[in-house]
Amino acid sequence: MIGYLLAYLSACRPCESRDPYPVPSRGTATYGSCVVIVSAILLTTLPAFATEIPPAERRSDYDLMSAQTRAMQDDDTANPGMLSVLDGEALWNHRDGATNTSCADCHNDARASMKGVAARYPAYSTVLGRPIDLEARINLCRTDQQKATAFTFESKELLGLTAYLALQSRGMPIDVASDARTQPFITAGRALFNRRMGQINMSCAQCHDDNWGRKLAGAPVPQGHPNGYPLYRLEWQSLGSLQRRLRNCMSGMRAEPFAYGAPENVDLELYLMSRAQGLKMEAPAVRP
Amino acid sequence: MTARTLINVPAKAKRGEIIEIKTLIAHPMETGFRVGLNGALIARDIITTFVCRHNGEEIFRADFSPAIAANPFLTFFTVATATGTIELEWTGDNGFSQTESAPITVE
Repeated sequence: MIGYLLAYLSACRPCESRDPYPVPSRGTATYGSCVVIVSAILLTTLPAFATEIPPAERRSDYDLMSAQTRAMQDDDTANPGMLSVLDGEALWNHRDGATNTSCADCHNDARASMKGVAARYPAYSTVLGRPIDLEARINLCRTDQQKATAFTFESKELLGLTAYLALQSRGMPIDVASDARTQPFITAGRALFNRRMGQINMSCAQCHDDNWGRKLAGAPVPQGHPNGYPLYRLEWQSLGSLQRRLRNCMSGMRAEPFAYGAPENVDLELYLMSRAQGLKMEAPAVRP
Repeated sequence: MTARTLINVPAKAKRGEIIEIKTLIAHPMETGFRVGLNGALIARDIITTFVCRHNGEEIFRADFSPAIAANPFLTFFTVATATGTIELEWTGDNGFSQTESAPITVE
């Protein structure tokens, strides 16, 4: 309860705060009204405050980055994510497994055959009866078609191939399916996004829906869109997947992260992609 | 295995023009100060020296330290003097050595 109070108080600032991305519907509360609201909360049970970002205000986290980091992402000879793309391109043409086939043997030139694919993932798999992300799709191809061993999560190989595929969708709008088959999983992902977790007892939505654009420890809180994954995070000094990012956020909330490949992670990935529907793909992006 | 590199040298330049050379190399730049899961120090593994030569003549040199990030990105300027080859050489711990080159035409 105290943690919640602190979190709420820090979210309430005078309206003249130097917010670089002011949103008319937020940030108008004064400390006086905060006290009233907080008192009301103390008297009642905790209500759900999260409100989704209106579609017109959804924007890539790129917009909140410094000019230097943006320049790094924009120049393919300065973007370290492109090193992994080179790894992925080599793997695409590398024959492997009991069938001694390469990705290119079936899918030909990735620049044509894989265009727009990453923008549609996670996608529903009829074999598994649930959505799978791009990493899982690559590993399914490896085990079923190539008869090779699956790559481990966050391995150089899996990140490289994912980055190479994601690059083929650069500039294309996110377009995940929202139909009868995927809808239950999007709903499950949304529920996870809004569920309080961990010792700090916070939900994803409290930062990324309610307080985006404000500062957390001096850094802007992003809207949390997945349009640049796998991305090169300067803090990691390496490329990382969306699942790594999700696990990272959960550790920050002092919650037990979902295991790599867990259905909860994929549901969250799917919800985040549907939440970012229409945003342009940037992979491999660079983030601070 | 050789490390992946990304090199940006202008293919053409006018004589006397100031040109920018940008290089990126995949390298862990392990500091030697970090502790592994077993509690033991992870041995230092960094690039120690970078040299750039234009037709064999050294035009730029940099010494690296453990404080430099993984996948170091280096950018510097030089004056385009003659058509030929820009040669880039990285050397480091554990016998790491890599040389890449890019052609340049000066008119």
